[in-house]
Amino acid sequence: MSEQKLFSFRNSWFSVSVGATVAIAVLSALAGLIWLPLAQPELKLAGIWDAICSAAGVPRAPLSAPAQQPDFKTSNVVMTADMLARKDAVSIGRGATLAQRCAICHGPQGVSDANSPNLAGQFAEVTYKELHDFKTGARVNVVMSPFAANMSDQDMKDVAAYYAYLPRVPSNKVDEKVPAPPIVVIGAPMRNIPPCGSCHGDIDYKAGSPWLGGQSAVYIKTQLQAFASGTRRNDISQQMRNIARQMTAEEIDQVARYYEAQP
Amino acid sequence: MLTNKRLVLAHFWLAFASFGVALVLGAWQMFVRSPLNAWHFNPEFYYRSVTAHGSVMGYVFPTLVAMGFGYAITEAALEKPLIGRRWAWTGFFLVTVGAVLAMVPVSLGLASVLYTFYPPMVGNPFYYVGVVLVVVGSWIWVALMSINMAAWKRDNPDKPVPLAMFANVAGSYLWGWTAVGAALEIIFQILPVALGFKSTIDAGLARVFFSWTLHAIVYFWLIPTYIAYYTIFPRAIGGRLYSDAMGRIAFILFVVVAMPIGVHHLFADPQVGAGFKYMHSVFTGLVALPTLLTVFTICASAEIASRLRGGKGAFGWIKALPWQNPIMLATALSLVMLGFGGAGGLINMSYQLDASVHNTQWITGHFHLIFGGAIVIMYFAIAYDLWPHLTGRALESFGMMRTQLWLWFIGMIVTTFPWHYVGILGMPRRMAFYDYLNPAVAPQAFSVVMSAIGGFILLISGILFLTVLLRGQFAVRSEAGAYRFAIPVHMPARIPVALNSFGLWLALMVGLTLVNYGFPIAQLLALPQTNVPVVYVGAGR
Repeated sequence: MSEQKLFSFRNSWFSVSVGATVAIAVLSALAGLIWLPLAQPELKLAGIWDAICSAAGVPRAPLSAPAQQPDFKTSNVVMTADMLARKDAVSIGRGATLAQRCAICHGPQGVSDANSPNLAGQFAEVTYKELHDFKTGARVNVVMSPFAANMSDQDMKDVAAYYAYLPRVPSNKVDEKVPAPPIVVIGAPMRNIPPCGSCHGDIDYKAGSPWLGGQSAVYIKTQLQAFASGTRRNDISQQMRNIARQMTAEEIDQVARYYEAQP
Repeated sequence: MLTNKRLVLAHFWLAFASFGVALVLGAWQMFVRSPLNAWHFNPEFYYRSVTAHGSVMGYVFPTLVAMGFGYAITEAALEKPLIGRRWAWTGFFLVTVGAVLAMVPVSLGLASVLYTFYPPMVGNPFYYVGVVLVVVGSWIWVALMSINMAAWKRDNPDKPVPLAMFANVAGSYLWGWTAVGAALEIIFQILPVALGFKSTIDAGLARVFFSWTLHAIVYFWLIPTYIAYYTIFPRAIGGRLYSDAMGRIAFILFVVVAMPIGVHHLFADPQVGAGFKYMHSVFTGLVALPTLLTVFTICASAEIASRLRGGKGAFGWIKALPWQNPIMLATALSLVMLGFGGAGGLINMSYQLDASVHNTQWITGHFHLIFGGAIVIMYFAIAYDLWPHLTGRALESFGMMRTQLWLWFIGMIVTTFPWHYVGILGMPRRMAFYDYLNPAVAPQAFSVVMSAIGGFILLISGILFLTVLLRGQFAVRSEAGAYRFAIPVHMPARIPVALNSFGLWLALMVGLTLVNYGFPIAQLLALPQTNVPVVYVGAGR
């Protein structure tokens, strides 16, 4: 083939292709990083360097006052899929002792008819998060808040581990004939409601979602109403508030009755 | 001179068998999410199926076609046996093992993350390991293509590399470099999480890495199609290639500008700056250039063939083309689909227009039209053209081939045109369920049913395709002669070194990648607090 040297500006293929590529790259960079950002007055850019930083995506401190803080406590528990998944016999044993004071409402075996949540077999991270939120004040309840106030982080983990360790006991209200309402199976896509089952376990399970089977219908209904009205606000990123607000009263009833009848 | 026929056949059969399975899944998906299906299935199965369909159609099928076709080109164009036969089989073996390894967890519902991975969703590690093995197997092919071309150039210092081989090596280099993005994402970001060493991931960075692969991979899929346009089509219709140099320039342009454009997939992503989105948009516009060059050259080649056959007039020559010839038919249908798909692509790459179709079914319609339509129909043509040379048996079901190609074209149009339309109406993609009873969604129902019918037409066409190939496998023996590529009107005796080597173009490719991706990646690596908790897909209750 041609003995001409390729990587040399005397080779017109080299000079033209490199020249054209560099020219296009430089022109597009000038347009994208300087000209276009400066052409948008609403960006309120201070100068060329500011324009370049903005268009390159360098995070900037917000120009206005600091972000508005909520006037209530939010949950500071970080949920991960594998948190508290490891079983620890010592922790379960300590939890069993600590849980004696819970028994009056939640039952000696984690199940009761007092319309308080049945905790036997509940996921450890769920129990832990609620205790933690009661302690920090993200969730408020006249009965639970004082109980949680003096618990250490380890205490909460132990109690959670103990209840997760207990077998789920079918409630005396199990009724397999109650049909799954549409909101549980398909949600309401046009109202931005995913199926309940896509997080709470019928279809898929997402970390932090409680097991609802066999929970008291009164409790479920009260909580959904609390989420909808905003009196309960410890759901991370408003996950449940956004859903509950969009649910009809009838759907809330259906869900509560359905889950109560599940094992 | 094809000596390693079994090697090429093995690649093609595995490619088309997996294509057949994925096609069934695709048709099923079209059906279950259409109004034809009452809601009575687990949506998880849909995502499982989409993951399998996408992984097979995106990673396994086109890679195997490119590899098999590449080996065939190496032997036929360079007229000498392939160097590295054992390595080639090793690569095939790795792709096979990888495909099986990836599909097992997907079938079990342990990796329903879709083929684009979508961190922070993370599935079973075997899925990712399988994909990596497919890529590693194909990298062996990349190396072999380069080695074979270098050896041939050493032996033939005074001849230009045949266009088919030049284009083939261009495709292999493009793939070698573009696969790096996804490989970095899997190896350094996803696998540590999937294996349980970490529980958070920088999803934004992962998306940037994937965009590195995601757009240029389409051009890697496209290259066998373009090779068929340039080097099979003119010969098959009894004409000559209009310009050899134009072909080389088109493939070189793909190598240089197909890479630094992937961020146009991230127009709606906050982690990339608007300036870089603009720069990627500019280069995305440039990548239309090699396609326009190709359409011109191929139409000119068709006109040459037609006038040689006695075609007359400004447009009358079109009638004189050998329309009975399956390669003619496939190429024409492919160019029509490429035209529509390309027009849609120009909309996607425009920031403001993209905003109205981003993440809608328009996008799904677009890439099915381009890849499933324009590209895959030429894979059929390549198989039809090569089959007699590979099996040593005549392929004579011409009527069935034409029916198959027409059905594929009609099916693809019926599938993708309504698909684009519902996208404009706002129908989101990647969803298993649509409430067609809802007044806001009801107007989309008819179009979705049409799409589903198109899907079944495609399935019938796919079955016909496999039938033609199977019949060819059991037909009477007949010697097909040496496999030849199209001859250009002016056979190049000497060409500039730039059009006969890749050093300069690879340097520009890597350079442009650094310019367009360097800063966004470096910034995301350096920024603290960009990790988010992982969502394990298929984790137990």
